[in-house]
Amino acid sequence: MSWPVLYAQLVGANRHSTSLGKVWLSVLFIFRVMVLVVAAESVWGDEQSDFTCNTLQPGCENVCYDQFFPVSHIRLWCLQLVFVSTPTLLVAMYVSYRNHSDKKRLLQSSGRAGLLSNKGQEEDLETLKKRRLPVAGALWWTYACSLVFRLLFEGGFMYALYVVYDGFQMPRLVQCDQWPCPNLVDCFISRPTEKTIFTVFMATASSICMVLNMAELSYLVAKAVTR
Amino acid sequence: MNWAFLQGLLSGVNKYSTAFGRVWLSIVFLFRVMVFVVAAEKVWGDEQKDFKCNTAQPGCHNVCYDHFFPVSHVRLWALQLIFVTCPSLLVVMHVAYRDDRERKHRLKYGENCRTLYLNTGKKRGGLWWTYVLTLVFKIGVDTTFVYLLYHIYEGYDFPSLIKCEEKPCPNKVDCFIARPTEKRIFTIFMVVTSLACILLSIFEIVYLIGKRCRECFVSVHKSRHVMTNTMSSGSTLMDSNRLKVHPGKGTPDTPAPSYRLVIS
Repeated sequence: MSWPVLYAQLVGANRHSTSLGKVWLSVLFIFRVMVLVVAAESVWGDEQSDFTCNTLQPGCENVCYDQFFPVSHIRLWCLQLVFVSTPTLLVAMYVSYRNHSDKKRLLQSSGRAGLLSNKGQEEDLETLKKRRLPVAGALWWTYACSLVFRLLFEGGFMYALYVVYDGFQMPRLVQCDQWPCPNLVDCFISRPTEKTIFTVFMATASSICMVLNMAELSYLVAKAVTR
Repeated sequence: MNWAFLQGLLSGVNKYSTAFGRVWLSIVFLFRVMVFVVAAEKVWGDEQKDFKCNTAQPGCHNVCYDHFFPVSHVRLWALQLIFVTCPSLLVVMHVAYRDDRERKHRLKYGENCRTLYLNTGKKRGGLWWTYVLTLVFKIGVDTTFVYLLYHIYEGYDFPSLIKCEEKPCPNKVDCFIARPTEKRIFTIFMVVTSLACILLSIFEIVYLIGKRCRECFVSVHKSRHVMTNTMSSGSTLMDSNRLKVHPGKGTPDTPAPSYRLVIS
């Protein structure tokens, strides 16, 4: 399981999305997943090895690191990207279920009629697989639910990051007095400025995705109301 | 998810680009992305580990490194390459939108109706503006990052020794950068290729605007010529309108691929 596999799954479901949904998918994979893999992961690569505390006490560095970094940013972002992509699979599952039931109905009706030739039946099944379902009825509700879940997950993870790290800024120095540190010990974080820049970047990309999702939801609601 | 993914996304862009655009894309992928992945990332690989300061004070090394390298060159270049290649996808999306519109129009009015676009991939109308805007955006991104690099690092030079007196360093401490000469060479190389890309984009904009002006001038000249002929020979207005053909119109090429195909 890796990012390309997730991408392949989402692109398949993308066929039934609106234009905003397609833009969202591009923003997600280019500005978030790619930046995470190509740049952010290397910034956090040495976060524990270069976390230095002004003490010789064994175990103090480990304990202080664990206190200030309960979950690494990279792991939080990976989880966020996976959770945010998952609701789209709901849509894919619904489309697959619709195709399956329509296919069954088609086979039953052709079996009863006994008129359609093999070739005609195959052509019908192909068009069934390749068609693009209009976003109406139950698909509309599934799609709208998936958008709501996306918004909740994005907001939830951004809030969790903000709460765990007391904001989006990474300080240069943190002071720690956990046992077994002998007193209040100065600990220095590695590359705090670069980490702050990437945290702000990822938070901005996340906000843009939330705005896109809200716009898409409003568009769907407006389309349904006018219909 | 790596540079090959981005390359795959952009492989369809060449169809709608000019010759300058194709050269630009080759320069970006051969001289910038490839050199970045194959060489630059390795040169900067040990940048913090081998950044040594003449002190035993814990934390001084971290703080001095953070002060002199707020953002690493490799991260700036990675972001620059991602931002500079993305606008091309706007062109692909616009063509896909045109195709979709054409398809819906055909579904509504039947197969034999008049097409909305003679060729969805030809840079006319809205697509010309999208293309020019993407070029302007690319120039903007490259210029911004080249300037940012100059501003953050006070030039493109890499001194072998820097002096640091941030807290908790006890006094002015000597710090030594790892591989300064190699880093300087690669920085200059990446800056020069960025400038070459900026120049190519400027040439492309000038070429597109010049071509458009020439076409407008030729069509205005032709219509004026036809009008004088009409006045002298007394033919109908409909004839002159029929002759006012937009140059560059031809039979439609193969339709552009759908968005799904393009991004798959």
